Amino acid sequence: MNMYLAAADMAERSREIAREHKHLEGPLLPILHAIQAEFGYVPEDAKPVIAGELNLSRAEVHGVVTFYHEFRDHPAGRHMLKLCRAEACQSMGSDHVADRVRQLLGIDFHQTTLDGAVTLEPVYCLGLCACAPAAMLDGEVYGRVDEHCLSEIVGEIGR
Amino acid sequence: MSLIHEIDFGTPASQSEKQVTLTIDGCAITVPEGTSIMRASMEAGIQIPKLCATDMVDAFGSCRLCLVEVEGRNGTPSSCTTPVAPNMVVHTQTGRLKDIRRGVMELYISDHPLDCLTCAANGDCELQDMAGAVGLRDVRYGYEGDNHVRSRNDGAINAKWMPKDESNPYFTYDPSKCIVCSRCVRACEEVQGTFALTIEGRGFESRVSPGMHEHFLDSECVSCGACVQACPTATLTEKSVIAIGQPEHSAVTTCAYCGVGCSFKAEMRGEELVRMVPWKDGQANRGHSCVKGRFAYGYASHKDRILNPMIRENISDPWREVSWEEAYAHVASEFRRIQYQFGRESIGGITSSRCTNEETFLVQKLIRAGFGNNNVDTCARVCHSPTGYGLGQAFGTSAGTQNFDSVEHTDVVIVIGANPTDGHPVFGSRLKKRLRQGAKLIVIDPRRIDLVKTPHVEAAYHLPLLPGTNVAMMTALAHVIVTEGLFAEAFIRERCDWSEFEDWAAFVSEEAHSPESTEKYTGVPADLVRGAARLFATGGNGAIYYGLGVTEHSQGSTTVMAIANLAMVTGNIGRPGVGVNPLRGQNNVQGSCDMGSFPHELPGYRHISDDATRQTFEKLWGVTLDTEPGLRIPNMLDAAVEGTFKGIYIQGEDILQSDPDTKHVSAGLAAMECVVVHDLFLNETANYAHVFLPGSTFLEKDGTFTNAERRINRVRRVMTPKNGYADWEVTQKLAQAMGLNWNYGHPSEIMDEIAVSTPSFALVSYDYLEKVGSVQWPCNEAHPEGSPIMHVDGFVRGRGKFIRTEYVPTDERTGPRFPLLLTTGRILSQYNVGAQTRRTENVAWHAEDRLEIHPHDAEQRGIKDGEWIKLASRSGDTTLRALITDRVAPGVVYTTFHHPDTQANVITTDFSDWATNCPEYKVTAVQVSQSNGPTEWQEDYEQLARRSRRIASKLEAAE
Repeated sequence: MNMYLAAADMAERSREIAREHKHLEGPLLPILHAIQAEFGYVPEDAKPVIAGELNLSRAEVHGVVTFYHEFRDHPAGRHMLKLCRAEACQSMGSDHVADRVRQLLGIDFHQTTLDGAVTLEPVYCLGLCACAPAAMLDGEVYGRVDEHCLSEIVGEIGR
Repeated sequence: MSLIHEIDFGTPASQSEKQVTLTIDGCAITVPEGTSIMRASMEAGIQIPKLCATDMVDAFGSCRLCLVEVEGRNGTPSSCTTPVAPNMVVHTQTGRLKDIRRGVMELYISDHPLDCLTCAANGDCELQDMAGAVGLRDVRYGYEGDNHVRSRNDGAINAKWMPKDESNPYFTYDPSKCIVCSRCVRACEEVQGTFALTIEGRGFESRVSPGMHEHFLDSECVSCGACVQACPTATLTEKSVIAIGQPEHSAVTTCAYCGVGCSFKAEMRGEELVRMVPWKDGQANRGHSCVKGRFAYGYASHKDRILNPMIRENISDPWREVSWEEAYAHVASEFRRIQYQFGRESIGGITSSRCTNEETFLVQKLIRAGFGNNNVDTCARVCHSPTGYGLGQAFGTSAGTQNFDSVEHTDVVIVIGANPTDGHPVFGSRLKKRLRQGAKLIVIDPRRIDLVKTPHVEAAYHLPLLPGTNVAMMTALAHVIVTEGLFAEAFIRERCDWSEFEDWAAFVSEEAHSPESTEKYTGVPADLVRGAARLFATGGNGAIYYGLGVTEHSQGSTTVMAIANLAMVTGNIGRPGVGVNPLRGQNNVQGSCDMGSFPHELPGYRHISDDATRQTFEKLWGVTLDTEPGLRIPNMLDAAVEGTFKGIYIQGEDILQSDPDTKHVSAGLAAMECVVVHDLFLNETANYAHVFLPGSTFLEKDGTFTNAERRINRVRRVMTPKNGYADWEVTQKLAQAMGLNWNYGHPSEIMDEIAVSTPSFALVSYDYLEKVGSVQWPCNEAHPEGSPIMHVDGFVRGRGKFIRTEYVPTDERTGPRFPLLLTTGRILSQYNVGAQTRRTENVAWHAEDRLEIHPHDAEQRGIKDGEWIKLASRSGDTTLRALITDRVAPGVVYTTFHHPDTQANVITTDFSDWATNCPEYKVTAVQVSQSNGPTEWQEDYEQLARRSRRIASKLEAAE
């Protein structure tokens, strides 16, 4: 992850990534994933470059990027904590868990702690309803999370 | 007169020939297979409530208002996305549907402002109509929660609210009124093909976004207006509607910009034009428009318009306003004096490609019958005269072979020397639509025009040839087709002269015409040329579209013949989807040619030396006509400089700015004793005029325009001429002052005279046009319904003629002093010399002419983007600002000619087409260097222009 590139370098790297994937069928989403993996987000400057490579308008690329909450428009913290806010988890008390986590981290959803350690995002169903409430930390899922378990996680990543 | 309401069928018509019968609300209706239930229902006169559907775009099924019940099927399918089926029984109004619709409407309205009374769309809002249609009486959700409507919620800033975007000069975008039906997004994609709009976000966050959440003006938007037309609410609204209010009556008329000839509804409030809305029944544009026709009509009421006739003795004097009678008398006596003094041939006139057929007919009649000579020419001289000559030689008619609908059946398109997305935008959109459906594109152009690569369209081949080598390129394409045995032998044997073909085939097969040999002139790699030739010959229906990049060369006529050869050798003539299609520049350039504007041709392209034709007119007009062709524009100017040509009547044309070698034009005009300019504005030519007659706009007169597909379209008067008289009335009064007994009461009488005298117009009359909307000539006994496609059963001239096309390089060469080649063109937002568009808000897009130069050439000369540069040729020099781009190849520079301050034609030379004198605008050897400011010519001219535009106030004149 490299987020301190100059705009021109970023556009150039985006072009390389787009060219690597443009032979795929439906190449836009794989390209966007690869770009987010590279930069940690989808930079504004990358969109016209992708549009040019795929012969789309920049509006179309913008429409796709903004449709998916997963694609970020700015870098996240070092860790990404996602809490499920969908119906099953809510019925199992995820609201309470969420309140507690926000309190512990001192931030709201969509925000990053001041030290850049954690970004907190809501997510609508991780497919783990049988083990609700569910959470995901840096791509790894956790089931039956409670106040205690989360305090531990927060303590771990906060360091 | 009332407002013309067009029926919105909700989804596009199905092209299927199989018919299906179904029952909707108890009515049996038969429609083509593939029709939606919504459209079938509307055809039966039953309107199903809808919001996201409109018949300009494909069904989308998002608004959930058009749900219906179908017997034997579960649920409530949306009628726009459900096709009809045989014996289907549909109910559009049931208790269940009413409840659903009212519920959906309630949700829509819960996030929509309730300011209907003060809203610009009041009276023209589909949301309002639907609320009424579904019987919405109450919104139970309240307006307290999340919304896009208010800038503040309980004192706190509402992050979901977005302010109005007023960046576009012609329409506003108010996100708070948006219902996210996506009609604008789909219109931009499907109709216009620009893809400038998208829906950003998802769910409740969804909003229409131009570009990447940009302002409309900064986005990819080309301001064609398709989104505004599609919007069912006040979200996208014309600023003129906001300022004036809803129109109360309208008339269908024809756009006065390019040769596409779009039909519009001029929507009026009294005598004030509220807006121009493209007419869906318009057969050239099929309900689409561009920024010029849709919005750029402000020049008609611009303060620069001259409304009173003016006279002056010398061009250094200020203008003096006079009465119409005085002006007519002055012109008549001056013209008669000059003829008495210098001979009958010493005066002439120029007809306008912007005026109506009837007006053009009258001007040439005035010259032939009144002046007694054939010194009449038209601006087609400087654009498509080679088309007339070349196609006349090859096929027997001087016009394109197809209608615009033909493009829907094309498989391979060659675009050569044309830039449809800028010059003919509505046709460009129709072409792009076909290309998105899979047709292949070959672009032959020195510059990388937008079509070469634009969202969802990419040319299979771009042959970036050096300016001036069209003939070599076209012959090389023919070489590949002939030598590789790809020609359509059966077609050629049946339709063309086989021995002429053999002679021509032997000629093109010579090694000197192979792509490998011509590469050294054209600069295009041979394998690209071979690939393109094979694609065109084998790819199915092949159509060639071309523009001024073909004709405005010293070998313009030869290239037109080479194009005709290419169409014939591949058998691409005489059916839909093929043909040779000149994209005409001005609204009525086809018509002005048809109406006998050339010095050697009477109306209908009949030579002046033909006794029978001449007798027809002599009998009709009661005069004897000169049997000798008269002078062409360049010859008139030459004769003026020599002192034998002294007076000219110029209707609606600015030859000083539009014709080549400006210094020669100005010298010619300055040498004349009576220059009469009949125009809307004091144009550049008027700087050298002695009499100025105010003209009228297309909104102020009745008449007809003939577009590039030979379609005769009606122009209808929607307001009183601000200057008092339509142009045809002025010409008539002038003729009367010269002693001619003309008494036309209405342009329809002039059309009747044209029909009587010109066989290809025999059945054309205003009554007939009223009945059928428009018709493509020839329209006579043989073709009573007109001729959408020509040469169907055989060529007009009998057999198609193959003509040898030897490449002769132009005399205009690059050398050490002038190492670059300049070629010229246009831009979307401006039109021709810009006299109209510069006087509209279109300047927001193109405020000045810029010189496009390749980064390599710029760097060599130390030129940076946006800097002033000096552009010099053997003829003259000018200054303008540079635009560094790789759209042009190294060694080639490009500019537009829309602005008089630049005067790009000071640079162009007086070389011209060998057959028709069409000037060689497209090739000039130039040098580009750094500059500090305007050249001496520009400064002198600026002074002259300012001096010669002075108008003495009436008081002063009386003293």
